[in-house]
Amino acid sequence: MSSQTPDQAATSGTAPLPAAKAIRKSFSSPLGSFFVIVVTILWTIPTVGLLATSLRPKQDVADSGWWSVFAHPHLILSNYHTVLFDGGFGVSGGLMPYMVNSLAISVPATIFPLVLAAMAAYALAWVRFRGSDTLFFLIFALQVVPLQMALIPLLQLFSGGAHLGGVTIIPQFNLSGTYAPVWLAHTMFALPLATFLLHNFIAQLPRDLMEAAVVDGASHFKIFRSIVLPLCAPALASFAIFQFLWVWNDLLVALTFAGGTPDVAPMTVRLAQLAGSFGGRWELLTAGAFLSIIIPLLVFFGLQRYFVRGLLAGSVKG
Amino acid sequence: MPVTSAQFADSAWSDAAIKLGNSFGAIAGFLGILLVIFFAAGRATGRFGRPLALLIFLGPAVLLLLVGLVVPLIRTIYLSFRNDDSSRFLGVKNYSWALTDQSIHQVLLNTLLWLVIAPLAATGLGLALALLVDRMRWQALYKSLIFMPMAISLVGASIIWKFVYDTRDSAQRQTGLLSQLAVWLGWKSPPNWILSHPLNNFLLMVVMVWVQTGFAMVVLSAAIKAIPDEVTEAARLDGASGLRLFWYVTVPMIRTTLVVVLTTVMIVTLKAFDIVRTMTGGNFGTQVLANEMYSQSFVQFNVGRGSALAVILFLAVLPLVGYNIVQLRKERATR
Repeated sequence: MSSQTPDQAATSGTAPLPAAKAIRKSFSSPLGSFFVIVVTILWTIPTVGLLATSLRPKQDVADSGWWSVFAHPHLILSNYHTVLFDGGFGVSGGLMPYMVNSLAISVPATIFPLVLAAMAAYALAWVRFRGSDTLFFLIFALQVVPLQMALIPLLQLFSGGAHLGGVTIIPQFNLSGTYAPVWLAHTMFALPLATFLLHNFIAQLPRDLMEAAVVDGASHFKIFRSIVLPLCAPALASFAIFQFLWVWNDLLVALTFAGGTPDVAPMTVRLAQLAGSFGGRWELLTAGAFLSIIIPLLVFFGLQRYFVRGLLAGSVKG
Repeated sequence: MPVTSAQFADSAWSDAAIKLGNSFGAIAGFLGILLVIFFAAGRATGRFGRPLALLIFLGPAVLLLLVGLVVPLIRTIYLSFRNDDSSRFLGVKNYSWALTDQSIHQVLLNTLLWLVIAPLAATGLGLALALLVDRMRWQALYKSLIFMPMAISLVGASIIWKFVYDTRDSAQRQTGLLSQLAVWLGWKSPPNWILSHPLNNFLLMVVMVWVQTGFAMVVLSAAIKAIPDEVTEAARLDGASGLRLFWYVTVPMIRTTLVVVLTTVMIVTLKAFDIVRTMTGGNFGTQVLANEMYSQSFVQFNVGRGSALAVILFLAVLPLVGYNIVQLRKERATR
């Protein structure tokens, strides 16, 4: 093949090809590039079709496919107005309250688990105690529990409290119709993965730094606040972005704990209902769907270079 | 009196302000309480300092995990041995129903198909893309576009694909892309894709592959970049190249990552029910375990059967995570 032998490399004074490059080279072919381009186009077309449909007038959507928009461009924004405010789906106020709910659910459900998981990860990594390793693995293992399993007991707990042989351990909360059960559930379900990922990062902080702080007489709380949190900012930020996307995109937890009312239910719940009952009005359904993906897409395209790198830190070993 | 859309919009905005205000108030309260606790506990010194710190740092997380995951796990197992409203002990009746009932057989078969096909397709495609995309110009663009569906909710993705699969009477012009493609290729009246069993199962899996391939590609691409240069160099000196280099060097070197990606996608696939729920509601022979479990518990109100299905789901995921823990332990031991 065309690669240099070490002798040639030595005499010509060039470094040998880096490994990644070598693999890349052996896979370079016009056919490969063609494959990537085809897949990329295939992956993009469905979303483009969604966007195009949501911008077309009702009659056009009913008469022809969205691809005819390239031949006869006639785009409007009124579908979005209808979906958001006019109750185009037969609900007063349209999708707007649901979109607000999505935001009101996602932001706290990102912050709560992030802070609690960072605290737990710090304790597991730097305030070592007997059994801290075991506890760490147990927390990691809890990722397996399918959320479906936790739904019924949690729902019963939130609505009825906990009792053991007639003694009330946890009183009955009256949380229905508020965001609190959704926040709580998301926080609980996010903790295993969040603790695991943040632990990987926090455990790698330099030992000298921690010991110097202890010698200076700093308490664990001070170390956590003034050393760990600032140094972990990249990991915290990348996990925050992921958690935000997951919560925003979640259907199962919201469906169970928020129900379907415009008071608390997020967009995913409403859209899933509409997709079942409103198949014919594609111009409205696509506009609603695009509204539900626009914020995650903005977050994704705005911050992707940070969050992919940050999440992989410590999880893919070289 | 009819309400104008402007008035609607006004009340919607004030409603929004109140809701978001509540959310940010909750965050401020949460952080405020933590700060106060930190400040107070930071004063404590001596014998109680360490246990107090452990309690405050670990307590909330451990408590929430106990209440949110551990106790429910035990309780679901308990409920799965009881009848529909949990008032009577049934023994293993719910499980024998789950394993013998005719309607559940289709569900289990579908779940198995999902579990095998969707993760393998997403990982395989992701690996191929990871190998091919790196040496191309504009690679960031290709990667972003392929990764993009990860940011879209499964509900949003389902609506997108429902539209692709939309079929109309052959007298009308098609608006779904797949149907139109079929017409362009000479098929006079394309079938109603979503209703055609067993094809519809695979069409739903396409959505999951569409969402997960980008994830597989990004993680595998990072793993390939992390292969030490000396390894590939040595293999090349021995004359390996092209496919041989791939099979005997690249794949073994990224084996752990491959398995992690595969299990992650498998767990997502097994637990996700959004796609089936949004696109078919589990009808037309497309039902899967995760959705059936939800239907049994929250639509048919048979908590016993729903819990039994949840336990089966749990048992199905258990080996995957067990394997991951073994891997993790090995990695920690070598660190």
